[in-house]
Amino acid sequence: MHKLLKDSPGEKIMLLGNEAIARGAVEAGVAFATTYPGTPSSEVSLNLFQMSQESDLYFEYSTNEKVSLEVAAAAANSGLRTFCMMKHVGLNVAADPLMTLAYIGVTAGMVILTADDPAMFSSQNEQDNRYYAKFGHLPMFEPSNVAEAKEMIKEAFELSETLRQPVILRTTTRINHSNAFVTFGEIKERKTKGRFERDPMRCVTVPAVARGLHVKLLERMDKAAGMAEESVFNFVTGQGVWGVVANGVSYHYALDAVKDLGIESKVKILRPGFSNPLPRKKIKDFLAGCEKVLVIEEGEPFMEEAVKAFAQEAGLVLPILGKTDALFTSLGEFHPAMVREKIAAFFGIDYTPAPKIDTSDVPEIANRPPNLCSGCSHRATFYAIKKAAEGMDVIHPSDIGCYTLGFMPPLSVGDFVVCMGGSVSSSCGFSKATDQKVVSVIGDSTFFHSGITGLVNAVFNRHNFTLVILENGITAMTGHQPHPGVDMELMGMSGYGRVNIENLVKALGVEHVSVIKPFKVKKSIETLKEAMAFDGVSVVISQEPCILWAKSIKLKKPRPFEVTDKCTDHKECINGIACPSFYIEEGRVKIDADTCVGCALCAQICPENAIRPLK
Amino acid sequence: MKTLRMVIVAVGGQGNLLASKVLGEAALIEGVEVRMSEIHGMAQRGGVVESSIIFGDASSSIISDGEADILLGFEPAETLRAIGRCSANTKVITNTATLPPFTVGIGKGAYPEVDEIKRVLKEKTAGLVAIDAMALARKAGSPMSVNIVLLGALIQTGALGFSKENVKEAIKRRIKPALVEMNLNAFDLGFEAAAAAV
Repeated sequence: MHKLLKDSPGEKIMLLGNEAIARGAVEAGVAFATTYPGTPSSEVSLNLFQMSQESDLYFEYSTNEKVSLEVAAAAANSGLRTFCMMKHVGLNVAADPLMTLAYIGVTAGMVILTADDPAMFSSQNEQDNRYYAKFGHLPMFEPSNVAEAKEMIKEAFELSETLRQPVILRTTTRINHSNAFVTFGEIKERKTKGRFERDPMRCVTVPAVARGLHVKLLERMDKAAGMAEESVFNFVTGQGVWGVVANGVSYHYALDAVKDLGIESKVKILRPGFSNPLPRKKIKDFLAGCEKVLVIEEGEPFMEEAVKAFAQEAGLVLPILGKTDALFTSLGEFHPAMVREKIAAFFGIDYTPAPKIDTSDVPEIANRPPNLCSGCSHRATFYAIKKAAEGMDVIHPSDIGCYTLGFMPPLSVGDFVVCMGGSVSSSCGFSKATDQKVVSVIGDSTFFHSGITGLVNAVFNRHNFTLVILENGITAMTGHQPHPGVDMELMGMSGYGRVNIENLVKALGVEHVSVIKPFKVKKSIETLKEAMAFDGVSVVISQEPCILWAKSIKLKKPRPFEVTDKCTDHKECINGIACPSFYIEEGRVKIDADTCVGCALCAQICPENAIRPLK
Repeated sequence: MKTLRMVIVAVGGQGNLLASKVLGEAALIEGVEVRMSEIHGMAQRGGVVESSIIFGDASSSIISDGEADILLGFEPAETLRAIGRCSANTKVITNTATLPPFTVGIGKGAYPEVDEIKRVLKEKTAGLVAIDAMALARKAGSPMSVNIVLLGALIQTGALGFSKENVKEAIKRRIKPALVEMNLNAFDLGFEAAAAAV
């Protein structure tokens, strides 16, 4: 049995934040769950996916976040407790249904998880999604730690059901990817089949209806504001005339800092956990007892601006600071020493940080940037693209996935990366705005996510570029989730359909479509050259399973290669493809047999034919 | 328990997340509060993977620069790169078997001599235990057991205060049954090597 399905209330177990969130949803009786995977949210959905295979919980990997939210919206309006989860930028994709679903509401509890990523550990921006809650008029919860995340999602379902309004659960990476002990609670019974009751005056958002819904939405948020005043998640700890307002992980940094600085008797901390709408009265009461207040929040001054406005409303004049040059930044993430130092500075406490180690004489160490794996099929495709485009003035729009890493030398395929699907549409623009050759790349999962519409645009507007679809048969970057092109039988699962990318692309009207096997290097280069010579939109589908995935399902067995004595040290291999299995020993290129999987890419490009399977 | 902050650095694929989970389980057995933080995603494609583990009373789950009490490094250059996480009071345990980044192979940067790495770590911190965990892991039966070899070394130093028995029990609970015996052997080899290294 999946560890998160165990009906063992009281059991204490070490869980990843994302596991705790999944467990909380199960305890809340969630019956319907949808997602498009995205770090740092991915393990929430992965666990629900696994649990759905051994329970009556419905789970799906949807094609993208917009689809995911719309699927979920229907379930939540059919009386099922529904959970829709995504990373922060995913909510941009789902923003269209989000803003109007807020008007319609739900008939059963619905929670939308947005996993924000301050410091961008694995994201293209560090936007602060708390503004979506304010923007869309949705109640929001923000946990400060792993155990609280589990309790909060349960409360979020209750609140959603009471208000008949979706509720946002907003986390940051340090909640999603922290581990802590969590105590299991009881699992509420799941209601897995619902019924949609027609209610066009609520569910059909023509202007005349929507005007009335907007009024009701504001009424619901007034009710939510009253509930935020009473919520156990909006609390004050400590006492004193120095105030701190801190949310999320910053609350714990502040708590530790106050203890470390020995100012427990002087500082009280307000922690808003039910943070939209903010508890206006509670905050005003808090401010009334303070001489000065420091607001500690990663990201934007979301609370700070509200707290200042509340002070103005209450006629309170006191210093309230947060984001200033001398205090906190909107950049990156915070950490305990930073918060300790800023608290000390703000309240005028003597504090000398422990002396730092002198690192000025530490020898230089080569960087270790992330790299495509040994045997990654993308490397072979990128190499072929480079060879096919040799001598041309070429732009390579790329997209979001492992293959984004192809922008680094020596492969250097990746000149413009905006968002999921952006490779295709930006290719349209580049091909019209310039006379440069455009050869773009997109992964298969990303193509389904949001590449298709761009390609339809290219066919209709007669753009001129070559799109290479990297079909590795899985959503690799986020940990091997399925997508509509995946052969689910390889995952040992039945009952799924499958969309064939080649047929799809042809059906869209692309006139020049070809398929390559990227580890057949010469043939791939030839095929790419033909596609690039075509005047119009051409698509090349590069088919080869993700090597990590292939190894994990035993589709491929590693067969390492070695550099033999025939090597005359051209270094074409190491300089051309930079596979992480290469290393230099006494000036000679070697292959690490522990990590080489035997893709034979290097063997095919070696001018001396010196790379052979290890005997 | 007094707060104890430990940073583990490794190269993606070396199994530091599993090592962290074993220590978390050991903390449960020891009755010690623990919070851990780890970096997933892009960082795992051959990049540096870092875990922070905080035992005891503090409520934060990450560790600021200069504030690690223990630094456990799975790869010598990565241990050195993380020296900013240490103070003069930090105890350091490192593997000496190198995994040079591919950037070195293509001539984009240097890899320091292991002896030099050891010298710098020893000079700037409160003590260094350096063992060839890769050789011991192979001896135990699999290069994949480097992580558990290093846990053995960590426990031997006493820096954490956990008993050998409790960590071994955690290994049994957290590692696939088929691999338990090999990993227990790896743990012992690391433990013995650390004892000999001092």
